[in-house]
Amino acid sequence: MTAPTPGTGMPAHLLEVKDLRVSFAGKEVVHGVNFRIAPGEKLALVGESGSGKTVTALSLLRLAQNAEISGVASLFGLEPMSVGRDLLSISERALRGIRGEEVAMIFQEPMTALNPLFTVGDQIAEVLELKQALSKRQAWDAAVEALAATGIAEPARRAQSFPHQLSGGQRQRAMIAMALACRPRLLLADEPTTALDVTLRIQILELLSDLQRQTGMAVLMITHDLNLVRKFADRVAVMEDGHLVEEGAVARVFANPQHAYTRKLIDSRPVRDVVGQSAATGEPPVMLASRLRVGYAVPIPGVRGWFRKGEFVAVKGADFSVPPGRTLGIVGESGSGKSTLALAALGLIPHSGELQAMGRRWGPDAAGNQAIRRLVQVVFQDPFSSLSPRMAVEEIVGEGLLVHEPSLSPADRRERVIAALADVGMGEIQFPGLLQRYPHEFSGGQRQRLAIARALIVQPQLLVLDEPTSALDVTIQKQVLQLLQKLQRERGLSYLLITHDVDVIRAMAHQVMVMKDGEVLETGPVDQVLDRPEHPYTRILVSAQD
Amino acid sequence: MDGQSPIHGGPEKEGPVSASPSRRAWGRFRRNPLGFWSFVIFTVLVVLSLFAEVLSTDKPLVVRYEGQTYFPVLRDYAEKTFGGDFETPADYLDPFIRERITQNGNWAVYAPNPYGPKTLNYFAKLPNPSAPSRDNFFGTDDRGRDLLAQLIYGFRVSVLFALALTVLGVVLGIVTGAIQGFFGGKTDLAFQRFIEIWGSMPELYLLIIFSAIFSPSVALLLILLSLFGWMGLSDYVRAEFLRNRQMDYVRAARALGVGNSRIMWRHILPNSMTPVVTFLPFRMSAAILALTSLDFLGLGVPPGTPSLGELLSQGKANIDAWWISLSTFAVLVLTLLLLTFMGDALRDALDPRKADK
Repeated sequence: MTAPTPGTGMPAHLLEVKDLRVSFAGKEVVHGVNFRIAPGEKLALVGESGSGKTVTALSLLRLAQNAEISGVASLFGLEPMSVGRDLLSISERALRGIRGEEVAMIFQEPMTALNPLFTVGDQIAEVLELKQALSKRQAWDAAVEALAATGIAEPARRAQSFPHQLSGGQRQRAMIAMALACRPRLLLADEPTTALDVTLRIQILELLSDLQRQTGMAVLMITHDLNLVRKFADRVAVMEDGHLVEEGAVARVFANPQHAYTRKLIDSRPVRDVVGQSAATGEPPVMLASRLRVGYAVPIPGVRGWFRKGEFVAVKGADFSVPPGRTLGIVGESGSGKSTLALAALGLIPHSGELQAMGRRWGPDAAGNQAIRRLVQVVFQDPFSSLSPRMAVEEIVGEGLLVHEPSLSPADRRERVIAALADVGMGEIQFPGLLQRYPHEFSGGQRQRLAIARALIVQPQLLVLDEPTSALDVTIQKQVLQLLQKLQRERGLSYLLITHDVDVIRAMAHQVMVMKDGEVLETGPVDQVLDRPEHPYTRILVSAQD
Repeated sequence: MDGQSPIHGGPEKEGPVSASPSRRAWGRFRRNPLGFWSFVIFTVLVVLSLFAEVLSTDKPLVVRYEGQTYFPVLRDYAEKTFGGDFETPADYLDPFIRERITQNGNWAVYAPNPYGPKTLNYFAKLPNPSAPSRDNFFGTDDRGRDLLAQLIYGFRVSVLFALALTVLGVVLGIVTGAIQGFFGGKTDLAFQRFIEIWGSMPELYLLIIFSAIFSPSVALLLILLSLFGWMGLSDYVRAEFLRNRQMDYVRAARALGVGNSRIMWRHILPNSMTPVVTFLPFRMSAAILALTSLDFLGLGVPPGTPSLGELLSQGKANIDAWWISLSTFAVLVLTLLLLTFMGDALRDALDPRKADK
């Protein structure tokens, strides 16, 4: 059962991975990766999407589906002279003994990683019953204890909750409790904080650090977030396209990166490069809102709900104005109402209060709004759902012209489409037959450029940017932000920028508005709000990303 | 820093023209041999059956009689034309006429199967129904009509009927589903209740009642069946529209000021066609089966129309004439099997989880 490995006699290592190769259907995605983790060490595996970092971690427990894995991953025992067991070649049965007990894993999205049909207590207790042969009672008590260790309030009551009854942070805590229930010696953490709001990220990260210190386990943290690496890890390994390009102590790598890709990653923090702070006085604002309020009809449970609907107020009275050629950044966590505010600014959902674009108000009839639609355009977060998969580039980008300049001849329209694509840095030279291509052939960053071109072609005054870069990798994010900055400088565009990322705000915004639970907490110039925040919540938000 | 910095990564394949998602689905369909060849065979059979008037008819295709060329397939000629006694149209199965037009330097080209769907051979050598012989390759039915001709025309009626029924059902289903899914809210609520009421009407009894009131015809049957055949599909289309209408590309189109009809037609519909296309072959085979069962019960097409269901019922009445039920059964099984294979291949081709290599 145990495979002899050349690593024998090196007790300093808990896990030693040698020449790990993973391929799917004959296509290799991880090309011979080597790394070691010492007991109690925190190693961060960093890379952009598609770099193979998650596949690497999953392969260690042979959890990657349909993957052909080769190489050696030796897990060493506690005794100094123990022989390593190769996780990649031992029997499935033996591996099952290791999973959860010696090596545990936590995932990015706790909602899908927990079974919705069982209480979290049941799910933790199940692990303990299986792995430590505890009785039902003992396992339940141990589960409550494990939950308590993760700092969940009222652990005994929370153990009886189903995953959907917990908040995102509580779910992630429950999953950590489940992974750590058997005191594993190695924890594989796959983007454990990415799906969480920034203020929660710190809490979870601190929790992981505390638990790591208490139990002395080693952690392999997979992430794309360099801030997190700096705060958490001892050593960092950088992956690019399935190769491990650099490895070393965190302080050394950040201070003196050797590989070009590492330098690029570290440099990818957005840079501020926008026109000066003060808006030109005297010019009327592009968008002006006062006491803007948006509510949704929601069903009321019970018989009363048959006859009337309740109301959920997503935006509770916001006042703001977007000056011409400047950016108003709206920052907040999920559920703060910032995306609802974007839809209201686009005139896509009914609202009350005052909301004007270039002095005109959104009305109830579509024909009257047509003129404002031309002035206010949008770029959405997810570049994969924001372009219709069954339309070619020419039709996607040129559609605005069909609506707003129907008299244009097809040849003129095509010319305008080509010009708009050139504005976002896309042309026939890089993409032969660009106009006839379909969205699936483009990467996320390229799709986002297409979405910007679609908005620009009608020559709007204001662009609503709803998390325009949060679905993109950091290096791509920087490019897209640079493009947006350039467009603003050259054309005097105004932006209504909605994001959860303080870095993006710092790079882009002139004015900032902080939202939480539908309320505006703080408004002001960017340096004032970010450097001298008045509201305690803003302070948490700003400190979370530094 | 300018925004024109080189774009990270290029598209995987270089080429001037790119394939739309439907073209890629077609490519996947073509790579499935069973489904693709079923499609080819089915198409060939349908096209052949469209030329049934040339392939299986009791009239010769061309007759050369005493220096003159005649085309009996295209128009009727009196028996007198070919030296007979009567003004009535010539019966080309009559041994006398046959002799006149094939001897003394005259010649005639008969169809591969020299019987039409309604041809009664008054000069048959065997009693009806007769077993397969050199005169009738598949035998005759209990009225003396050639079975092969019946099958060819019956297949054509079934397929064309199924095609028409499918098209009508798909159009109705898409329109109603699109309206419900796109507008949602009260429209959706009202339509759903209507569908529930409409769907609980007893279809078969309505058919019986209507066939008692009106004289039976293919058109009447088509209308009645399509009135009840659109509801299943409408639900699928509705669900797709509900899902797609809140996608970002629809929101972006709204923000551009694109009108409702164009959003429905150009943005949502093409992305909602997967269940429609996937179910097409299965709807076809269901329609063929429906027509066959109604014909079997005597509620279907008017008497005298060649139909597979009517042949099955003859086979039941003449259980010792094994060739009737066996050949009809074989034609039905072949048709339905081809359609099922095509449906399976289509479903695989349109499965979003199956990436093409």
